Amino acid sequence: MARMVVDPITRIEGHLRVEAQVDGGKITDAWSSGTMFRGIELIVQGRDPREAWLWTQRICAVCTMVHALASVRAVENALEIEIPNNARIVRNLISASQYIHDHIVHFYHLHALDWVDITGALKADPAKTSQLAQSISEWPVSSTAYFRGVQDRVKALVESRQLSLFTSGYWGHPAYHLPPEADLLAVAHYLQALEFQREFIRIHAVLGGKNPHLQSYLVGGMTTAIDPNWPDAPLNPERLDFLVQVAGTAKKFVDQVLIPDVLAVAGFYRGWFSLGMGPGNYLSYGAFPQGRIQDTARYFLPRGIILNNDLSKVHPVDPNKVSEYVTHSWYEYTEGNDVSLAPAKGETNPKYTGPKPPYQFLNVEEKYSWLKAPRYDNYVMEVGPLSRMLVAYAAGQPEVKAMVDGALAKLKAPPAALFSTLGRVAARALETQLLANHIVGWIEELRDNMGHGDLQMHNGEKWEPDSWPRSAQGYGLFEAPRGSLGHWVEIEDTLIKNYQIVVPSTWNAGPRDGKGQRGPYETALLETPIADPERPLEVLRTIHSFDPCLACAVHVTDARGRTYARREI
Amino acid sequence: MSPLHEDLPRAAERRGVSRRDFLQFCSLMVTTLALPTRYMDKVVHALSQTRRPVLVWLEFQDCAGNTESMIRSSHPPVAEVVLNLLSWEYHETIMAGAGKQAEATLERVVKEEKGKYIAVVEGSIPTADDGVYCTIAGRTALDIAREVCTNAAANIAVGACAWDGGLVRANPNPTGAIGLQEAVPGVKVVNLGGCPHNVANTAAVIVHYLTFHEMPALDQYNRPLFAYGQLIHDQCERRAHYDAGRFVEEWGDEGSRKGWCLYKMGCKGPEATYNCPSVRWNDGTGWPVKAGHGCIACAAYRFWDWSSPFYKRLPKVPGFGVDVTAEDIGWGVVGTVAGVTAVHAVGSVIRSRKSKLEGPKAGGAGEESKPASPKA
Repeated sequence: MARMVVDPITRIEGHLRVEAQVDGGKITDAWSSGTMFRGIELIVQGRDPREAWLWTQRICAVCTMVHALASVRAVENALEIEIPNNARIVRNLISASQYIHDHIVHFYHLHALDWVDITGALKADPAKTSQLAQSISEWPVSSTAYFRGVQDRVKALVESRQLSLFTSGYWGHPAYHLPPEADLLAVAHYLQALEFQREFIRIHAVLGGKNPHLQSYLVGGMTTAIDPNWPDAPLNPERLDFLVQVAGTAKKFVDQVLIPDVLAVAGFYRGWFSLGMGPGNYLSYGAFPQGRIQDTARYFLPRGIILNNDLSKVHPVDPNKVSEYVTHSWYEYTEGNDVSLAPAKGETNPKYTGPKPPYQFLNVEEKYSWLKAPRYDNYVMEVGPLSRMLVAYAAGQPEVKAMVDGALAKLKAPPAALFSTLGRVAARALETQLLANHIVGWIEELRDNMGHGDLQMHNGEKWEPDSWPRSAQGYGLFEAPRGSLGHWVEIEDTLIKNYQIVVPSTWNAGPRDGKGQRGPYETALLETPIADPERPLEVLRTIHSFDPCLACAVHVTDARGRTYARREI
Repeated sequence: MSPLHEDLPRAAERRGVSRRDFLQFCSLMVTTLALPTRYMDKVVHALSQTRRPVLVWLEFQDCAGNTESMIRSSHPPVAEVVLNLLSWEYHETIMAGAGKQAEATLERVVKEEKGKYIAVVEGSIPTADDGVYCTIAGRTALDIAREVCTNAAANIAVGACAWDGGLVRANPNPTGAIGLQEAVPGVKVVNLGGCPHNVANTAAVIVHYLTFHEMPALDQYNRPLFAYGQLIHDQCERRAHYDAGRFVEEWGDEGSRKGWCLYKMGCKGPEATYNCPSVRWNDGTGWPVKAGHGCIACAAYRFWDWSSPFYKRLPKVPGFGVDVTAEDIGWGVVGTVAGVTAVHAVGSVIRSRKSKLEGPKAGGAGEESKPASPKA
């Protein structure tokens, strides 16, 4: 048996380390460790809750805005503030464009190189690549000359002996199976997707002033005032036209590039439809309210839980059943090491007990991660696009059901194939398509409201702190692109007394809990074949299929017993 | 137009692009830096080198916001930067290899390219408890920064956290986080503050360095003057409303819809410097004030503690009106704000080369006059 270490896991956000036992060419056990800690929840204590979103948004910029949204929702929940319909739509538009952007960047720039051998593209016949491209898609950029140009570029890069970002890749690894023509096609689309994402995200520059780190949220609504008659209004007919134009490009790119590429790649790696299964339990808080936020039944993506891979039943979600263990995390609980605590009663005393750096191996029998281990009613839950699509599918959401069944038919695979590494990839692509189908319609909804004279974008009734109760508590839930996200806030005397966050990648990347149950990454890696322990390409495939975000995942809740000076305001 | 470098076709071939495309790329560089066209030859020459300069991008206590900003680069497009302009060999968020392969690459660069490579740092560096709050491949961020940055030809700290510790350092700074220049004293650092950095500025700094083998002129915080020399307030598209006394009084009011001044809603533009209003974001599409939110002074020194509470009105704003000349407020934008980097960059690059001889200078009023320590 050999212990394999992959640190850093790259092409993710943040600092993740995986250690694995390899026996007989397969992974027999695995440990996932987050190796960075900042303490942002401590930093926001004592500050104005109306600006908590500006601070917590900085937890992550790959997931930019998701924490901003969860934060304003938490404060609105605590202070019982209803936001105007226009603000709801703008928030949905920002989130939908974030999903589309994030999922596309993930597939092409963070994940594709696990399946695509760049050097394979050198052996491709550009004419055959052109035929392949035209056989799977209407996308017009598919001429032989175009693919020859891309190939020349790769050739120049390789011949220069300076491979830039690709220097350290696993080229020629036996686990790569794409024919050279497909490699070339994917490399070309890697470059096209870079351009697409850059143009597409201009939606955020209109609705949020900039990306990353949008700056248009408010407790009570949004700053993006809308007016049909003023050229300097943040939103006006001209800017809505611009949004429609940019948002419209997503559907074509997703339908004609992303989906055909994902299906094509999946077709060559069918074995990965039976590898990489997580805990088999899936959680979604639901996303994109279509009415009041309390009206969870009308969310565009439904709320629910699936247990033991059983798609015949969707269980309701009770946020009170969320709790966290620190048994294997570098924190201490006053009640001992084996209990779990609900976020509302959470505590964290960071206490590093790992090996002194520089170190070779973690002591995985003890504590080994800055991530806690969140559980739902003691179940290990997987979160993310696969969970959302499965919950929607099992709940019978007609559009999702049609998309999923269509994709499974094309892949000639049963629904159980979704519980896998490639299932995650496919679910993410389908979710992208689902949102690309709707985003323009939501902009038109905003335009309709403007046309009918509904210009309200902010509810200012409780903007001034003197209108607040002396103390209040609330939470804001959201489905970030990577999964279920919750912020919990406690306000006292107009300032933040306590702030707690439970984040998607904490669910997925967390370590073992007090009952010894592995976290989802740790489970999903079991049985993974390893052709060459020195070049762990297969580990990256499964880990990347979750789309890890470690900056988000490491967080602390209330530091009981540790008091920090409140800021003077 | 000056005569072009004679090796151009071969240089283009080496890049795997046509002569026309390569020329277009070089001219884009010239435009980005807003150099007079006589510099074309120099840029073509600099970018024609057979061996591309190596760049490594380190991430410590970060949110990857500067990485994300980087991949939004449009002038030049990110693919040009990472594939044609430089050999971008280490960058956790986007590099191909992981684990041993990634670390071996970094080790090789430090050894074989010693004194020649550019190091970009993103994120703060924790110093409490022996640095255990950020480790990569079992090594602390501080250990890695010391080795990689002291052996680099130049270091660029992108974003607030790498510059001054940023949000991670905000009170109570649970991990003892600091910025690169404090963590590794003595290394040459250019600081590109902002939360995140605006990639238009970073790209310009890199191309300037490749072309002239030196950094553009810097202020006392080692920030390039061309980007951090002017008050937001003086470049703001809503400035006329300030001068005329037209303010947003409540979120969502008539002033919000008409694009009036956000000063009363807590905008820090009158005391913050950055070229945000002119360069803008995402290919010049927008910036926070255009979306209706005040500036939070994200490019100011230790802004998280200094500039918050973000909705609190600045107590006293110096009353420079439109009749004040550019000299009174530093060499600010004169005339309209065109929303293009080029407008003031023309002046700034030339000026920067001039002021370099005169030594670094303060960029003007704003946060520079504030005490450096945060209100805690």
